[in-house]
Amino acid sequence: MANEAVVTINTDADVVAARQKGRELATELGFVSTDSTLLATAISELARNIIRYAKHGEILIAPVQSGDRVGITVVARDKGPGIANIPLAMQDGFSTSGGLGLGLPGVKRLMDEFHLVSDANTGTTVTIKKWKR
Amino acid sequence: MEVPILKQGLYLIASIQAALSDLDLVHLRDALAEKVGKFRARGVIVDVTVLDVMDSFASRTLRDLAHMTRLRGAETVIVGIQPEVAFAMVQLGLTLEGVDTALDLEEGLAFLDKKTKRHPSRG
Ligand SMILES: Nc1ncnc2c1ncn2[C@@H]1O[C@H](COP(=O)(O)OP(=O)(O)OP(=O)(O)O)[C@@H](O)[C@H]1O
Ligand SMILES: [Mg+2]
Repeated sequence: MANEAVVTINTDADVVAARQKGRELATELGFVSTDSTLLATAISELARNIIRYAKHGEILIAPVQSGDRVGITVVARDKGPGIANIPLAMQDGFSTSGGLGLGLPGVKRLMDEFHLVSDANTGTTVTIKKWKR
Repeated sequence: MEVPILKQGLYLIASIQAALSDLDLVHLRDALAEKVGKFRARGVIVDVTVLDVMDSFASRTLRDLAHMTRLRGAETVIVGIQPEVAFAMVQLGLTLEGVDTALDLEEGLAFLDKKTKRHPSRG
């Protein structure tokens, strides 16, 4: 099976690198091209959130298998300030930075699975999955 | 990666050549707002055909670009959004509201010709 990759996120150029890695793996695993685009877009949102709110972090992109299903899991984690009110942050249009507030709820819509853990002491970890069709 | 901006008649054409970082996009926005004045352009075309991802930041920056150039007296049209990119944008909830789009460069030029003619005083 294809290898996992970890992309360190420090600058906005790393955002591009991370989403390209995601697309590479998706292509390698035979994802339909629309789904590769959805995955790359989701990674882009998570990576930019890391830069904007936590400054530094990393994104792990790895193949997963469950029974005969093949997919990709992405773990975006940082040790930043954390998200005080998660339900609020998941609402369309909520932003503390004057953004569109579509990143997190949008990523959830783009992916098959979405899991967010965050608090002020440990930072934020978003885990997403997309299964191959 | 700087985006080349070509002058063609009364229009400026920016053809994105490769994946852009957030900073590149912001540079493009500012460069176009400046060049609209410098070249007294009436229209701007931004060709995003090669972009394989259009996320919330890119959408917002393109929208700002369109509004900034309009305030400087030029209409902007975004051309070449790929079908898969459009699909991802819709899922994310990005509508590019208030921004004109066209299928490709040719359609974009035709659109600007029509649009700038609708304002005869702007010649
Ligand atoms: N990694 C993170 N660390 C701390 N706070 C975060 C993180 N990611 C998101 N947030 C918080 O959750 C809010 C919603 O995030 P979301 O990505 O949905 O919108 P946004 O980043 O504000 O705008 P957009 O993504 O549309 O440009 C953010 O405004 C921010 O307060
Ligand atoms: Mg965001």
